[in-house]
Amino acid sequence: MPDTPPLAPPPLAHGLSVRGLTRSFPGQGRAAPTLALQPTDLDVRPGEFVSILGPSGCGKSTLLRIVAGLDRPSGGSVHLNGQGVTRPGPDRGMVFQSYTLFPWLTVEQNILFGLRERKRPEKEAREIAARFIARTGLRGFENHWPRQLSGGMQQRTALARALANDPEILLLDEPFGALDHQTRELMQELLLEVWGSDTPEARKTVLFVTHDIDEAIFLANRVLVMSARPGRVKAEIPVPLPYPRDWTVKTTPIFAELKARLMAEIREEVRKAALV
Amino acid sequence: MEPLKPVPASARIALGIAFFVLFIGAWALVTATGFVQPLFLASPWQALASGWSLFTEYNFIGDIGMTVWRVLGGFVLAAALAVPLGLLMGAYKPVEAFFEPFISFARYLPASAFIPLLILWAGVGEAQKLSVIFLGSVFQVVIMVAVIAGATRIDLVEAAYTLGARQGGILRRVIIPAAAPQVMEALRLVLGWAWTYVIVAELIGAQSGIGHMIMDSQRLLDTGQMIFGIVVIGLIGLVTDFLFKALNRRLFRWATL
Repeated sequence: MPDTPPLAPPPLAHGLSVRGLTRSFPGQGRAAPTLALQPTDLDVRPGEFVSILGPSGCGKSTLLRIVAGLDRPSGGSVHLNGQGVTRPGPDRGMVFQSYTLFPWLTVEQNILFGLRERKRPEKEAREIAARFIARTGLRGFENHWPRQLSGGMQQRTALARALANDPEILLLDEPFGALDHQTRELMQELLLEVWGSDTPEARKTVLFVTHDIDEAIFLANRVLVMSARPGRVKAEIPVPLPYPRDWTVKTTPIFAELKARLMAEIREEVRKAALV
Repeated sequence: MEPLKPVPASARIALGIAFFVLFIGAWALVTATGFVQPLFLASPWQALASGWSLFTEYNFIGDIGMTVWRVLGGFVLAAALAVPLGLLMGAYKPVEAFFEPFISFARYLPASAFIPLLILWAGVGEAQKLSVIFLGSVFQVVIMVAVIAGATRIDLVEAAYTLGARQGGILRRVIIPAAAPQVMEALRLVLGWAWTYVIVAELIGAQSGIGHMIMDSQRLLDTGQMIFGIVVIGLIGLVTDFLFKALNRRLFRWATL
């Protein structure tokens, strides 16, 4: 399916649809407005894991923030399961690059935050929290404060907090970007493990923003490459590697070939961005 | 000495005590040698002796109790109004735009300059004393709390939105808990200032309190009592500060990790 057909099809009844999405930021003083996002179309079907790969400053985070409802588009629309998105909501769970655990709440209380905001019965909420604490390997850390945790442990908690809310789609904005290389690889495997522990029909829809090529391929079944600012989706590359995946797929010829293709795409954009 | 290099705890305590010793030593020296006349400055032991007589003969404990009650009464009233208003101003920009210009003006009005007016309005009773403290503290607390609440990390607010929080939840379960430790610190600071207002309020038209005692001692030229009164204020300040800090550490353990 082409990504930008001449006439945009209607939004999907199930899944995420982005149509003609643009964003420009007003200029400082008399400067002309900056265009961050060119008209962008995008479909993510239920249960898909899609990586958005782009050089820094290409507008990929802006795209994700608009899907989350945290930023307003200048034009175009976002639909989730046929419903227009205008504001943030618990149907779109998010994990940020910065550490956004509430420092005054313990690990367990952080994971309970969304469930309590949505007035789920306390007993049920605690059971759900306990399940995600176990799934993300946080057992024994329930009563720790965020400041007592390493970066990796904080992002595990943030992932558990987003998943405990049972969102329709999980939006991940470079969630491992601040972690060291080794922790980052472990977290990628953990994410796939948590995601893959559901049956293929029950898996969460995931939109994962990153500038790391290995990470994009390793996680996703489809990689969208964004151009340099103003961003648009310039290429779509399916990843034909079967799940479950572990780190050994990173050494396979298919992986190397995908990586070479994506590197060529990205290098071109980084060079353009550097010349601006 | 290296810049910014921490000092061991034992050395820090020793240094802190050393200054007190030097200070009292210098004070004893200038009074004992007659360099300064006793009329102007009582010696340390004279001040202590005056203090003893204050407690045993002049019911100084009653004065202390009176002053503490005035400070706390006026301060609690001010905080009860100023903290909620400051939080609303920090959270909601139109509320801030409405109050901020007036409060920025009002907080430069010297509370002590209101004392004559307040005596006219409220007489020389407790209401006047409390209103001096109230006026001196309320605008300061509002502005400080508004700035603290307004500086809430926006990414925490955004995270709460994506977890399903609405307006009220953001204020009650993100902005308020995030601001709480710094709000308590601001209150600790302003409480220190409130102590200076209460003494001024008691210098004029009061029948009791530490300030009133100092005023009486001046008429009798008893510098020992005056100095003792001032030292007692400092000591009470030190104790309240310590209690406030201990309370904050207890309440907000997460913030001190």
